[in-house]
Amino acid sequence: MSTLTPTAGTVPLPRPAPGRSMQAATTEPAWVRRSLIAVALIFLSLFLFVPLVAVFAEAFKKGIDVYVSAITDPDAASAIRLTLLAAGISVPLNLVFGVAAAWSIAKFDFHGKNLLLTLIDLPFSVSPVIVGLIYVLIFGLQGWFGEWLRDHDLKIIFAMPGIVLATIFVTFPFVARELIPLMQAQGQEQEEAARVLGASGWQMFWRVTLPNIKWALLYGVILCNARAMGEFGAVSVVSGHIRGQTNTMPLHIEILYNEYQFAAAFAVASLLAGLALVTLVLKYIVERRVRHQIRSAGDTVEAPA
Amino acid sequence: MLLSRTLLKRHSVLPGFDLALGFTLLYLSFIVLIPLAAAFLKTFTMTWPAFWAAVTSPRVLASYRLTFGASFAAALLNAFFGLIVAWVLVRYEFFGKRVVDALVDLPFALPTAVAGIALTALYAGNGWIGRWLALVGIKVSYTPLGVFVALTFIGLPFVVRTLQPVLEDVQKELEEAAATLGATRWQTFSRVLFPILTPALLTGFALAFARALGEYGSVIFIAGNMPMISEITPLLIITKLEQYDYTGATAIAVVMLVSAFLMLLAINGLQAWTRKRQGR
Repeated sequence: MSTLTPTAGTVPLPRPAPGRSMQAATTEPAWVRRSLIAVALIFLSLFLFVPLVAVFAEAFKKGIDVYVSAITDPDAASAIRLTLLAAGISVPLNLVFGVAAAWSIAKFDFHGKNLLLTLIDLPFSVSPVIVGLIYVLIFGLQGWFGEWLRDHDLKIIFAMPGIVLATIFVTFPFVARELIPLMQAQGQEQEEAARVLGASGWQMFWRVTLPNIKWALLYGVILCNARAMGEFGAVSVVSGHIRGQTNTMPLHIEILYNEYQFAAAFAVASLLAGLALVTLVLKYIVERRVRHQIRSAGDTVEAPA
Repeated sequence: MLLSRTLLKRHSVLPGFDLALGFTLLYLSFIVLIPLAAAFLKTFTMTWPAFWAAVTSPRVLASYRLTFGASFAAALLNAFFGLIVAWVLVRYEFFGKRVVDALVDLPFALPTAVAGIALTALYAGNGWIGRWLALVGIKVSYTPLGVFVALTFIGLPFVVRTLQPVLEDVQKELEEAAATLGATRWQTFSRVLFPILTPALLTGFALAFARALGEYGSVIFIAGNMPMISEITPLLIITKLEQYDYTGATAIAVVMLVSAFLMLLAINGLQAWTRKRQGR
């Protein structure tokens, strides 16, 4: 995040009149520029734009009726509900965790901080399939708590709790990662001032800290939510693929696709692709606010608006 | 109170350290650390020869070759084109640049299963892109090449996003100085700019590679999943699980976890190098 700070303004040197020669010396000839732009756009088209367009094209290929019936099908509806539920539980939990982790890491100096930072990032480097596997090893029938869970008639694997656990794991770092650099840049002065002026801990948090981090918090939540709703590998291992019961949207897409119901699969996929686009738009808006907030944090201790 | 007394380096007037750090450690342990430890503990129930046999059987070795090879090739392709994309986005103006810039993050936001079926449809023999490739005799979907395409998609943003801020930070004076001293534009790029960008480029490459190693969702649709030919390691773990071979699955998972941790270490080192190069 430190890389976001703007370059120091160049000292305006007296330049030889129209400045064209200087311009030419630090940029490329027009044909090079155009070819590079063309190469970049062709590459991005082949791997990004065309696939995105294809999702919507395939979804409406068989007409609007097929599309509507695919997304209103009871199994699809139950998959949508489960996906919303899983995201609805895991995102708030990771939000609370993210704030707690960022508070301790950004505002205090303690031993083992770097180790903790690395451990928070750890879930990003674990393959989703392995995430599913480790929960099976613990809660599955052969696992550590398998027998105990069976005796008490509790189901975690091949049921909703397993799906939620796997989702929490894969979206674990998102909120914390967005908050830590911002809160580090903001320092402690404002909170210390609030305390000195007699604010209680919670007053300080709600009135000083939270307004300062709200955009980054929202940004983290957006990313966390997108990943939570779209997670496939980890959820696939622990879900059991019971139609209408433990199928999330991505798993429902897989089933439809494997049954050669391509239009229906792409119809459900288009909902998730739409979510991805909304995520990108929100991300774009919020990112600019965060950049602004980090920049102003670098300046002076400004009065909260 | 225990945490603040033993861990804090200096006293702070701010409240909530014990509560925040306590909750952080508890949550981290229950969600991440203890479950991960389960994988390692499970392999301790195996004898060493059994473990070795499980992680080096011909089918498993073939899956490593494919997973690591395709991940490496995809990350390499992304490093090359990612540099061009980042360069174009930072240095040039063109119509629709902001939209293109925002869309670079699409692989982060698009669920992998959606990406998987979209790429499969496109690169299949009758797909929009696959049709043209078929004319020159190239088959992508249901071959190892498909794995490469899927891994390129999911790794695409990493190089672009690590290079962009570094490129924005490059001071114009350096290039002006090079030009004044008589360097051609290409010499300025290769001798002045490229060395500055190298750490970030390597970081982006490593991030894309690490991400590709564990990828599952986008690959399984397009790969065809034939044992020994187009079967990636994460899929093999699932196959073993479905056959109730928990120890076999875990043994392979441990190999992948260790490689992932090594990549994490490498990436941390590269990031430190990037920061040092930038002088902060």
